[in-house]
Amino acid sequence: MRRNPDFRTTSSLHTNASLLLFTMKSLEIRNLTIALADSLEEPIVKGLNLTINTGEVHAIMGPNGTGKSTLSKAIAGHPDYEITEGDVLIDGESILEMEPDERARAGIFLAFQYPAEIPGVSIANFLRAAEQARLDEGENVDAAAYYKRLYEKMDDLKIDRKFTARAVNEGFSGGEKKRCEILQMAMLEPTFALMDETDSGLDIDALKVVADGVNRLRGENLGVMLITHYQRLLNYIQPDYVHVMYDGRIVKSGDKNLAIELEEKGYDWVKNELAAPATA
Amino acid sequence: MKPPAELATPPAPEKIDDPVMENPAEGIDQSAGDFTYDVQYDYDAGAGLTENTIRYISDVKKEDDWIREFRLKALKVFEDKPMPTHWATDDLNNIEFDKIRYYLAQGQKPKRTWDEVPDDIKETFERLGIPEQERKFLAGVEAQFDSEAAYSNVKEIVAKQGVIFMGSTEALKEHPEIFRRWFGKVIPTSDNKFSALNSAVFSGGSFIYVPPGVKVSQPLQAYFRINAENFGQFERTLIIVDEGAEVTYMEGCTAPKFSTATLHSAVVELVAMKNAKIQYITVQNWAANVYNLVTKRGLAHEGAEIKWIDCNIGSRLTMKYPGVVLKGKGARGEVVSVALANDGQHQDTGAKMIHAADDTTSTIVSKSISVGQGRATYRGVVHIPKHLQGCKNNTECDALLINSNSRTDTYPAITVRGDDHAVQHEASVSKVSEEMIFYMQQRGLSEAQAMSLAVNGFVNDLVRQFPMEYSVELKRLIDLEMEGSVG
Repeated sequence: MRRNPDFRTTSSLHTNASLLLFTMKSLEIRNLTIALADSLEEPIVKGLNLTINTGEVHAIMGPNGTGKSTLSKAIAGHPDYEITEGDVLIDGESILEMEPDERARAGIFLAFQYPAEIPGVSIANFLRAAEQARLDEGENVDAAAYYKRLYEKMDDLKIDRKFTARAVNEGFSGGEKKRCEILQMAMLEPTFALMDETDSGLDIDALKVVADGVNRLRGENLGVMLITHYQRLLNYIQPDYVHVMYDGRIVKSGDKNLAIELEEKGYDWVKNELAAPATA
Repeated sequence: MKPPAELATPPAPEKIDDPVMENPAEGIDQSAGDFTYDVQYDYDAGAGLTENTIRYISDVKKEDDWIREFRLKALKVFEDKPMPTHWATDDLNNIEFDKIRYYLAQGQKPKRTWDEVPDDIKETFERLGIPEQERKFLAGVEAQFDSEAAYSNVKEIVAKQGVIFMGSTEALKEHPEIFRRWFGKVIPTSDNKFSALNSAVFSGGSFIYVPPGVKVSQPLQAYFRINAENFGQFERTLIIVDEGAEVTYMEGCTAPKFSTATLHSAVVELVAMKNAKIQYITVQNWAANVYNLVTKRGLAHEGAEIKWIDCNIGSRLTMKYPGVVLKGKGARGEVVSVALANDGQHQDTGAKMIHAADDTTSTIVSKSISVGQGRATYRGVVHIPKHLQGCKNNTECDALLINSNSRTDTYPAITVRGDDHAVQHEASVSKVSEEMIFYMQQRGLSEAQAMSLAVNGFVNDLVRQFPMEYSVELKRLIDLEMEGSVG
């Protein structure tokens, strides 16, 4: 058993989607306002709306400091952030009262921009503990089956098996850290992956490997929020939707061509467009 | 000699109805050892410590005059020595020596089979899993219940090789010639206040002799159990491993959680003859009201190796600095220690390496974890005098702080004279960061599971050196401690 089956079955019954989309799930971000817990008066994300369904890849682009990372961390329940308004729902049910680990077990996966190091804990043991945490009390991860699956996923992602004995992220290069995130994502099989600047700090080869990993995991059971500063990543991972975020809001949405337009014109184009009506 | 009549009458044992005593200040889950049985003691020295107490113990044990004299002298030393609070914690002043009972036993002769052991005591050790471990992987077991061994047995195959493994009480009678030769030679009575106390009232502990060239393949194990309240356990262990021989000895200890303080003050002396090897492993999980003040030292002759593996999880205050005196050329000493100080606990641990011959090598690796208001202290002595050559020491001590009010202190005392030595000291303090915990929670682990994993990761490279059974046990204990430490 790899994830919380109760959550899947009960929630999918509540969706009002058509029979054809019976297994489709949604992550709905509704009028979300997020501030740092110690400065509630100055929100970073200001009333953001976005719905991501499984099977879809949404790219979120925008200049630095516009709230992209804040959005992904707050959805995952990072304690530094407070949600002062709005809601986040999976299949219509709010997750805001849940602890970060409960949200994770409910299907949210955050691929970190800067993954933490866990000295002394091997990747194999860490993932095993994460899988164990998804089981009921008294149940245990079947070690043989677990390793078989782990090695399969590693082979898929072209990761050397020796990797599993290394302590999580400790002394990893930027590329190794990102690959480790993708491996965890492959093993934990989330419903919604929030990928925070997965391309930052990667050279082109590492970028291809990571993009290849994401493309393998893409599918009708996974919804992806792909946060990136550059269009470059989108050459390798083709998004279904592109959203431009500016000053805590989504100010423009479109298909993958929007990213290309953005690349050509730069973020100033968006800024100017926004500024125009205000000065008019 | 008959014990004095008024002391021979056992007092009404205090009944503890609820084994899980409420003591929220401590908040430590030590359920594994936290139970007690209402045992009738045939021998009880009563509370308080005087010359009469010592005469009572000697009478009950029918000891020779030299031991009697040794004890009485030691009492004098104990009384004369001040409490070492000029460097150690003032909490030592809270020990009420007058209220402690110094000797409690059902008899002096341990049983050779578990069937003969009285039911309550047998059940105690069964709950702690001792007979099962013995069957599975041990060469011999000694199980001490309060002052005396209740059970002692060594597998025939080991005994046939001439290995002696028995309680110290018995060994004094059966092998006085070996015992007396080494007893008190590695740790003299006057070493410190508590070695003097132990020398005055010692009872129980293990005695091991391994003949030349014999390599004992499975570990020998002792288990020390305190069952009675207001009691002091003072075992005395002496291990002599003859030329080219090898042994691994493991000890575990538990006590139920009482509302009053209990004292455990052992003395352990190891002697490794030429090219001998001794590995001594301790997993201490005393209840959080136990003062654990122990002196441990080994003497390593030429080419010999002594390794202490020391895990301190429980107790209110532990003061313990296992040492090795590197007496012979090329001798090696090693201390590997793990300490976990939870709320209300102080683990004051470390190591002493005294180089006394050329080409001697010592290694100290110490890891401590402080949780809540727990305090972990490292004290290390490394001594290399001027006239020696080619000595090496490597010291590494790492502290992990879990909460912002946790405390750790490091007091290394390294004296190196002469210029043909290599000494290295590294120390680090780290904290379990909020980012690390969030990262693990994001993968589905609860906060407590994340803490446990972080702590286990911190000690992982040390624990890998332990025998399998002990590393599993240590992991389990860390999990229990961390579970209790998170809201």
